Amino acid sequence: MKIDREHFRQSLQRTPFHDRFDEKSTSEEWMVWNTYKVARVVDKLSTEYFAVRSGCAVMDLTPMEKYRITGKDARAFLDRLVTRDISRLRPGRVTYVVWCNDEGKLIDDGTLFQLGDNDYRLCVQHHQLDWLLISATGFDVHIELETHEVAALAVQGPTSYAVLAAAGIADLEGLKPFDAVALRLKDIPVLVSRTGYTGDLGYELWMEPSHALQVWDAIFGVQGQYDIHAMGLSALEMVRIEAAFIMPGFDFNTAEATVRNGYDRSPYEVGLGWIVHLDKGHFTGRKALEKEHSRPPMRRMEKIVVDGNKPVGEAYIYDGKNGKRCGEVKCGTWSPILKANLALADIEYRNGRLPTDLWARIEYQRELKWRSAWAACEVRSKPFYDPEHRRATPPARI
Amino acid sequence: MTERTDAIVIGAGHNGLVCAAYLARAGIKVVCLEAAEAAGGMSAPRAIGGKYHFSGLAHAAYPISRAMRRDLKLDQFGYAAGPAIDTVALDADGRHLIIGTNRVSGDGLEETDREAYPEFKKQYLAFTRALRPLFDNKPPRLKNMQVADTMTLGKLGWNVRLGLGRESMYEFLRVAAINIYDVLDELFADERLKGAIAADAVMGSAMGPRSPGTILTWLQRLQGELNGPLSLQSGDRLQLVQALVRSAEDAGATIRHNAHVARILVDNGKASGVELSNGEVLNARIVVSNADARATLSTLVGAPLLDAMFANRVSQIRGSGVVAKLHLALSGMPKFTGLSEKQLGHRLLVAPSMKYIERAFNHCKYGEYSEQPVLDIVIPSMHNDALAPDGHHVMSVNIAYVPYDLEGGWENQKQPVADKVIAQLGQYSPNLKSLLVEHELLTPRDIEEQYRAVQGHWHHGELSIHQSFMMRPLHGAAQYDTPIEKLFLCGAGCHPGGGLTGLPGRNAARRILELGAAK
Repeated sequence: MKIDREHFRQSLQRTPFHDRFDEKSTSEEWMVWNTYKVARVVDKLSTEYFAVRSGCAVMDLTPMEKYRITGKDARAFLDRLVTRDISRLRPGRVTYVVWCNDEGKLIDDGTLFQLGDNDYRLCVQHHQLDWLLISATGFDVHIELETHEVAALAVQGPTSYAVLAAAGIADLEGLKPFDAVALRLKDIPVLVSRTGYTGDLGYELWMEPSHALQVWDAIFGVQGQYDIHAMGLSALEMVRIEAAFIMPGFDFNTAEATVRNGYDRSPYEVGLGWIVHLDKGHFTGRKALEKEHSRPPMRRMEKIVVDGNKPVGEAYIYDGKNGKRCGEVKCGTWSPILKANLALADIEYRNGRLPTDLWARIEYQRELKWRSAWAACEVRSKPFYDPEHRRATPPARI
Repeated sequence: MTERTDAIVIGAGHNGLVCAAYLARAGIKVVCLEAAEAAGGMSAPRAIGGKYHFSGLAHAAYPISRAMRRDLKLDQFGYAAGPAIDTVALDADGRHLIIGTNRVSGDGLEETDREAYPEFKKQYLAFTRALRPLFDNKPPRLKNMQVADTMTLGKLGWNVRLGLGRESMYEFLRVAAINIYDVLDELFADERLKGAIAADAVMGSAMGPRSPGTILTWLQRLQGELNGPLSLQSGDRLQLVQALVRSAEDAGATIRHNAHVARILVDNGKASGVELSNGEVLNARIVVSNADARATLSTLVGAPLLDAMFANRVSQIRGSGVVAKLHLALSGMPKFTGLSEKQLGHRLLVAPSMKYIERAFNHCKYGEYSEQPVLDIVIPSMHNDALAPDGHHVMSVNIAYVPYDLEGGWENQKQPVADKVIAQLGQYSPNLKSLLVEHELLTPRDIEEQYRAVQGHWHHGELSIHQSFMMRPLHGAAQYDTPIEKLFLCGAGCHPGGGLTGLPGRNAARRILELGAAK
């Protein structure tokens, strides 16, 4: 790897798409994501939110940590790393995975792409190289950080298929959810996966950084026909809560960075028990998870709809109005499309059961004066927002 | 063909045999699998030229504890401690010191040192006695402590505070974690005496007298002296191994030779048996491994069946052998300047000063062998005529420090090392070279290959503070059980560590019985 000796002069890296975001940015709301400067909001939050839910939004994914995992034991290595049974993963497919430490506590989640035989890419929110290398002991596997060598763009929303097809990506129609294939946009090679973090129809485009602007320009070249907006991370935060996707490091503390006893979480506890396959053979944390699984649940991340329209923010949850405190909201948003106050909350169970009468105590301000109010919470078992059009193949060309 | 038994013990080294014997005596059906032709591991008999006999790697040891002799009826099966031997601290000018368990004499020894030595031994044996509960039991678990663990710590606390008394306890707490160089320098003036004591504290470890933790290794060694004086392990009878084999077999254990375990079979997180390198599969309720913890977990089980951090910690267990073994076949009795024929029966030590040892250690840190190594020599044939043809003798020499990873590789450097040591011996024994019939050098690499000890380490891992007690061989496997259910460890890599003590084997068996794991 070539080291740029002048790198220190620039405190934040710019993604290959930076210039385009900069041109479009009216709000100048930037933030740091994994050493890169990215937009929090490009223009207006509401425009970007509605673009994802009713049109097409384009977001920069380049700062996602990407690891290329190759070598004779790549499959065995990944199998031991993640809790999910990945035996059916094959080239051209993607799967959502989580991994734990020895104690069965969550470290991170990510999407695992199989690119070829013994050739995988793991896309993660946070830096994971150290854990991957620790996990590599005893395996013939090569792990390489390729975050900076792969530019990535999320194209999401009900019209994202139509937009990409119009922009010139051929052979997109057969792409099913969690497919990932090498396609071309005109003559530019682009790896297209039907994946995303919005809960809507959507694609993620992976390309060489030198092709980034051409791809961007091709997409925005059809802006006359379609409602396309560049999107920042604030809108993403809203839609991912609507889709009830959890965010490591925000909704739970990642295990290897947790100092206080009991502050880390297991997959079961954050509602990811469905990708823990205790019968798949050994994986890191299996023994601990087996033990946890055999006992009544202590706590769970619950999807709750909170009464009223006061954003829940950092509220505590109580067992009964004025009752005993039993949990806390981890993230929440007002959902414009559902007209509801949504939150994910970490709730302590009582004797292995979810308390039935949950209330949030919401602290809010009126003209800078603090007030508090009780709001009833309703627990949902399914994602708040999960539209049919998300799954259709080929997607509707609207 | 598959067979089923209660317990499989991998390795018929002395700890494996002790463990097998204890388990068998408790009514458990045991099969002990030994890769080599003979039982005994590092103390198995070994011969060169067909007629010169040695006792493998362990040429001197302390007697086995009375409790173990009683439990396993070892005396009844022919065990007797070998001939007790003193230590002769060799001096280039022939002014040797004779060092016994509680007396020291020799030319030029100052009166103060002569008087201080028994006091020193008394005090350190008292420290050792205070630590006995810790060595005799499984190391206490600090989290989720069991009653037995509380007892161990309670006894230890009682021993240290009340057994030692206030003054002695303060001294113990002062020295427990420091180096032997500083402590000996405070107590003695004679360089030869300090060198001889320090050599015993560091022999087998990648440590010099100035390395931290060398009081601990010295106390670990002194555990043996609580059972009796240092004794010679003579080559043909090998009473300990023989008695252990007989005791185990008498209790119903089967010992199979030339049975090399290729892997431990793990079924859904539980050990279910082993597969031999010839493909034969043996099933058992439990598998107990006397092999190095690194070999057991990384090779026989394999990282894919372990959690990531644990597997990583296994790979970080420190233990690279630094002692080579030289066997000499001699056509007559070697003469040592300044030593009588009778004195040749003692252990002879070339470690003239602590600085000499520390300098010898320096080389191995950089992947070099010492030009002036520490030598620990016995001539077993002085006690036993059967070890060599009439009038001939065998000499066994431990050489420290000789690195496992030698700069430039071992291929062409074995002979130069042997030649240099033989030349060095010649400085003390002028006629030695003329008597030399044959020799054999076992480098740490050879020890790894022939004794299956990872990196040729005597103790299956350094006896450093971070790898002792509840950290030995590593936390997560320090109570003889491992993250793989039904898989146990019983070797020198476990608490309380190496040496011909049988304690890891006995503690492991007791743990297995306490857990009722083999039923």
